[in-house]
Amino acid sequence: MAKLRIEDVTLRFAPRGGKPVWALDRISLDVADQEFAVIVGPSGCGKSSLLRLVAGLLEPTAGLITLDGSAITGPGRDRGMVFQSYTLFPWLNVRENIEFGLKIAGLPASERARIARHFISEVGLDGFETVYPRHLSGGMMQRVALARALANDPAILLMDEPFGALDSQTRSLMQELLLTVWEHAHKTVLFITHDIDEAILLGDRVHVMTARPGRIKERIEIGIGRPRSVDVLTSADFIAIKRRIMALIYEEAVRAME
Amino acid sequence: MRRSRLAAYTAPKKEIGRPVYLAVSALVAVSLFGLWSLLAYGGFVRPVFLPTPAEVLRAGIDGIRDGSLFVNTAFSVGEILAGFILASILAIPLGILMGSFKIIEAAIEPVTNFVRYLPVSALIPLLILWLGIGIEEKIAVIFIGTLFQQIILIADVSRSVSSDLLDVSYTLGANRRAVVTQVLVPATLPGVFDTLRVTLGWAWTYLVVAELVAANKGLGYFILSSMRGLFTDRIFLGIMMIGLLGLATDQLFKALRARLLPWAANA
Repeated sequence: MAKLRIEDVTLRFAPRGGKPVWALDRISLDVADQEFAVIVGPSGCGKSSLLRLVAGLLEPTAGLITLDGSAITGPGRDRGMVFQSYTLFPWLNVRENIEFGLKIAGLPASERARIARHFISEVGLDGFETVYPRHLSGGMMQRVALARALANDPAILLMDEPFGALDSQTRSLMQELLLTVWEHAHKTVLFITHDIDEAILLGDRVHVMTARPGRIKERIEIGIGRPRSVDVLTSADFIAIKRRIMALIYEEAVRAME
Repeated sequence: MRRSRLAAYTAPKKEIGRPVYLAVSALVAVSLFGLWSLLAYGGFVRPVFLPTPAEVLRAGIDGIRDGSLFVNTAFSVGEILAGFILASILAIPLGILMGSFKIIEAAIEPVTNFVRYLPVSALIPLLILWLGIGIEEKIAVIFIGTLFQQIILIADVSRSVSSDLLDVSYTLGANRRAVVTQVLVPATLPGVFDTLRVTLGWAWTYLVVAELVAANKGLGYFILSSMRGLFTDRIFLGIMMIGLLGLATDQLFKALRARLLPWAANA
């Protein structure tokens, strides 16, 4: 049985004073337990909205989303999220940021400290425990955001273009770090990106979305063996898959322009 | 080749050395004082219009001796603090709520915007009728003058808190109440602090205006009564006192912000 199941989900926005926007059209998608699922699509295709639906931050106009068989009705700590924008709490230091969800859940201080210590070292930030976010680089902030989401031990990790604001060298390092952390944590991941390289490098399966209203255009199994590193970016398998996805996205980008 | 110093000091948005910075600040302050001395001692301006620095200093010593400087300053400071603290106690929660809850915005924004554009000085005659010319009226002037400005400014601070910051809190398990008390409120603190600092400066303006219209104590009254006797040195003293108090409170706010909110970037 699927871990996460998205069934016939449709989303329409009615902005005040504007004409309604049809963001998602009868999307269906399954994510298996411990799968790394990636959704890739042209900008404005509604992929971030889809992730927000899973997070419970938006409500679908029609359709059903279930996690471990129970319907999603609102946001909750079983679905940790990492945003593209920097969302660390500026008034909390690295450790306190990571402990935020644990504190809300009422864990005792010693337990919180133990979990925070573990994830701080998982994301390579030993020694930065008491540093405030304004002294961290973009990559470091996203590592803290990842650690903070994982500290809650969510059933699924939702990532909305988390490396989109980083420079390309930092992005490559973060992708490798995420792969390592993911292999340790055995988490189910739903990852949104418009970067095709990133999608193939990270994903077990890549779902290509159409232009708005978003639908799943194609699902592509990424058969590349693990553990992976950025070296796979130049392999023949990788390039063949990339060519295929690029063609699909190109069609959609052209369609979106028309 | 090394760029000339002039080029280094005239490039926009470039840092200059701390000694140069201090030297320029001191030079301007000393020059202004020098200009004043020149005009006063040189006899370019009649003494009744421009006192010499020594006369102002003497007026200050006299004011301290007879207690009039202290009494009037203490009175003004007390009025400011009372009006300002009362306004802040109300404006901080209302502003934060107004910026983040549309229903509260709908309730108080129209009224606030109406009152905000009324210069509080226009209300002084009415407030005198209602409350007299004592401390109650002064506190009311400061309260009304600052409250609505604070609400609008703090609402903007609250509005500018990123919704992603609130959303991420929900995904970490926070409920609505926790999101407001543990995320929204701390996120607004630096902006609230800056708003208080700015509006405290405005509060001084309102107070002095109110005291110039009608009062029997306070620095505005001190200045006005000195004018009636053509004591220009005492007028200068009163003005300088207000300036010094403003400078002191501003520095105090800056220091307090750095101390209480070390995590926030400087304003």
